[in-house]
Amino acid sequence: MCLAIPGQIVELAGGGHFATVEVSKVRRTINVDLLEGEPLAEGDWVLIHVGFAMSRISAEYAAEQLRLLAMLGEDRQAMAELDGYRFGDEPRSKISQKLSTTEDMRTPRKDPGEV
Amino acid sequence: MSAVSPVVASLVNVMKYVDEFRNPQLIRQASDEIRRLADPARHYRIMEVCGGHTHAIYRFALADLLPQNLELVHGPGCPVCVLPMGRIDEGLSLVEEHHAIVTTFGDVMRVPGRHGSPLERKARGADIRMVYSPLDALKVARQEPDRHVVFFAIGFETTAPSTALTLRRARELGVTNFSVFSNHVTIVPAIRAILDSPDMRLDAFIGPGHVSTVIGGRPYAFIARDYRKPVVISGFEPLDLLQSIVMILRQLRDGRSEVENQYNRVVPWDGNLPALRVLADVFELRPYFEWRGLGFISQSALKLRAEYARWDAEARFAMPGVRVTDPKAAQCGEVLKGVLKPHECKLFGTECTPERPVGALMVSSEGACAAYFSYVHRRGQSLAQQTTS
Amino acid sequence: MITISPPVAFKDVQIEMAHGAGGKASRRLIEGLIVPNVFPAGACEPLNDAAYLSVGGARLAMTTDSFVVHPLRFPGGSIGELAVNGTVNDLAVAGATPLALVCSLIVEAGTPTEVLQAEMQAIGSAARRAGVIIVGGDTKVVEHGKADGLYITTTGIGQVDARASLSAASVRPGDRILLTGHIGDHGITVLLARGDIDLFADLRSDTRSVQPFAAALIDAVGGALRWMRDPTRGGLATSLNELARDSGLGIVLEEEAVPVRDEVRGACELLGLDPLHIANEGQLVAVVAPDVADLALKTLRALPGGEAAALVGRVDIAPPRTVLAVAAYGGTRVVDMLVGDPLPRIC
Repeated sequence: MCLAIPGQIVELAGGGHFATVEVSKVRRTINVDLLEGEPLAEGDWVLIHVGFAMSRISAEYAAEQLRLLAMLGEDRQAMAELDGYRFGDEPRSKISQKLSTTEDMRTPRKDPGEV
Repeated sequence: MSAVSPVVASLVNVMKYVDEFRNPQLIRQASDEIRRLADPARHYRIMEVCGGHTHAIYRFALADLLPQNLELVHGPGCPVCVLPMGRIDEGLSLVEEHHAIVTTFGDVMRVPGRHGSPLERKARGADIRMVYSPLDALKVARQEPDRHVVFFAIGFETTAPSTALTLRRARELGVTNFSVFSNHVTIVPAIRAILDSPDMRLDAFIGPGHVSTVIGGRPYAFIARDYRKPVVISGFEPLDLLQSIVMILRQLRDGRSEVENQYNRVVPWDGNLPALRVLADVFELRPYFEWRGLGFISQSALKLRAEYARWDAEARFAMPGVRVTDPKAAQCGEVLKGVLKPHECKLFGTECTPERPVGALMVSSEGACAAYFSYVHRRGQSLAQQTTS
Repeated sequence: MITISPPVAFKDVQIEMAHGAGGKASRRLIEGLIVPNVFPAGACEPLNDAAYLSVGGARLAMTTDSFVVHPLRFPGGSIGELAVNGTVNDLAVAGATPLALVCSLIVEAGTPTEVLQAEMQAIGSAARRAGVIIVGGDTKVVEHGKADGLYITTTGIGQVDARASLSAASVRPGDRILLTGHIGDHGITVLLARGDIDLFADLRSDTRSVQPFAAALIDAVGGALRWMRDPTRGGLATSLNELARDSGLGIVLEEEAVPVRDEVRGACELLGLDPLHIANEGQLVAVVAPDVADLALKTLRALPGGEAAALVGRVDIAPPRTVLAVAAYGGTRVVDMLVGDPLPRIC
């Protein structure tokens, strides 16, 4: 169930209930009430379902996921080490710490939000 | 792009947070890892609960990438598939009997009712309109003050908060010509029904991805704890599903049973608080609700609270509760529970086809039968070896 | 003539929207109800977009099409242009040079004159651009509430190029599939133009005559051009499925090679639609022998408007009568014809 697509906020409407998001050059007006309490900014990525933002997308977690996937074929040693990971149990700050110390990120990050 | 192959960086049309998770090299790597992890002495049966996952599995031909001894069993997480035919008829009866405008999502439009699908009835003149958001339905009501507008709501916990917010808005604005016919259902009771079913022979679950953005990861704890089955909440791209299967196989190999969140870039472990609050505000659980194929399940569906009775189609209109049983030969229930594969149903491909569907599983693009029919059935011999490189 | 596709029975009690959508239901209506009653017994050629007639030594192609679109005007065109280009294109893919069109109008009473005038101007300029003359027509007016403003039917004739020998029967395993450009532009443009959904994209209908492309291909490769079609309602998937059915062969489509604009992709992802099923009004899909594939592609790309042309797949011996799409990582899925129009989904 639930077709939901990632989109980037390009404009926040005054009044706080709506935002314009862009998905592959298509713009849609969506309601952001379900993310009430979370500071939203232009440039943020959100998950969109039936015209509502459901969740904010974490660039860090996305990058971490891809890093782990990239390692599947390469360093079996590193893989054994990662085996103990429990996704979601770890608070965000811990994951960020891990990311900043790993050396196997092949290209330097341009800015914190970039995958 | 960071730690992924230059292939991704060179793609011209890149949809962010989507295409990275369709990276061909990483897909092959993940598929190889699955083959390495799968114990040749075992036959794995993993259920993907969510209809969106069923659709993704077929759309991305993921079964091609899995070893023969790993079977994906399709679960009941298709909110249109589990809707009994009688509910369609009831919702549409409001058009004739109360001159109402019925609004609903595209998914419902082709589901067969006793007197035709909503699309067929629309073609014959019934005022049934397709919308893309519950707020659209409210907009129609405001634009047509002399008519009553009903929103035929479907969906699991992913969609229900949007309906709830819309109802709250209708109440704030004092819109009186709008009501919701709620067919929202909840996923956990359905999973429990599957687990308690005597035919159940599943090793693990791929947990719903988008429902979990609302309810979080904790509601699935009972599956790991009481039934000792691993659960991995998964995203919808090929790499998400493959990674989730890797995580499941590791749990099974290690003898663990835990709930893990593969989709953590989107799913918060604690769920979405504003969404849960608005759900609690507007909806309450029905004592029981009929699920097509699964029978009556208690506390498995949402109805509007008394404070919202004025916007509840079932409270405003006399809706007798029509029950329409499926034709005896239709085996929608067994397919929904994952006991039968679509082609094992006696009607599959003969009396029941996408053109002439008997049940919603053949209509909904998430339905196991429609997916199987479109994507696999006509294939004949497999061309998996004829790949592009 | 051999009937390649097995005949189907038409058992529906009444006519539904799906029967006009260009997909499976349409096919059943045509093959099961219309053909048996209308065509002389024994004439069971695979159904093409145009009919061939021999008239005093000349070989002519003849075709007709009706245009029903809402709204009447949309970015990139209007019903008038569709009415001319649609019929011109059906003649072009039959290997014919379009000569003349007749044009029937059914106008809804109450339609503002300026609306009709705009469409007549559109028809006029589209005909001039396509190099075809309108030689006649008919006009009827129906009551308010019917005809959605305006319905147009055009019938066209053209002279078949002797060098063209096009049929599904001449398609062979190993043949390559060519596409003139981006798919899905028209269907998504019209969907957004209806205004029912809060989606905005900078998209235009691709409506145009594909005759220059067809003529250039015949010129460049002659008999090595096997089959052509202009994929309209039902999308590229429908045209390729028709080919698969009529030839009895398999079509293998390389997903990554099919040109789709970002905007069309974005709209399709948001709405749960597949670009392969979305309508086009200005594209041509062709099957050529493998040894001329590169030349054919080069020919298309050299023409104005052909810059995005691509080789998108090949014909194979199996799986028979099936279209298979192959993803970049090798996964394959069957691409079927839809029953009716594609519907957006939320699940």
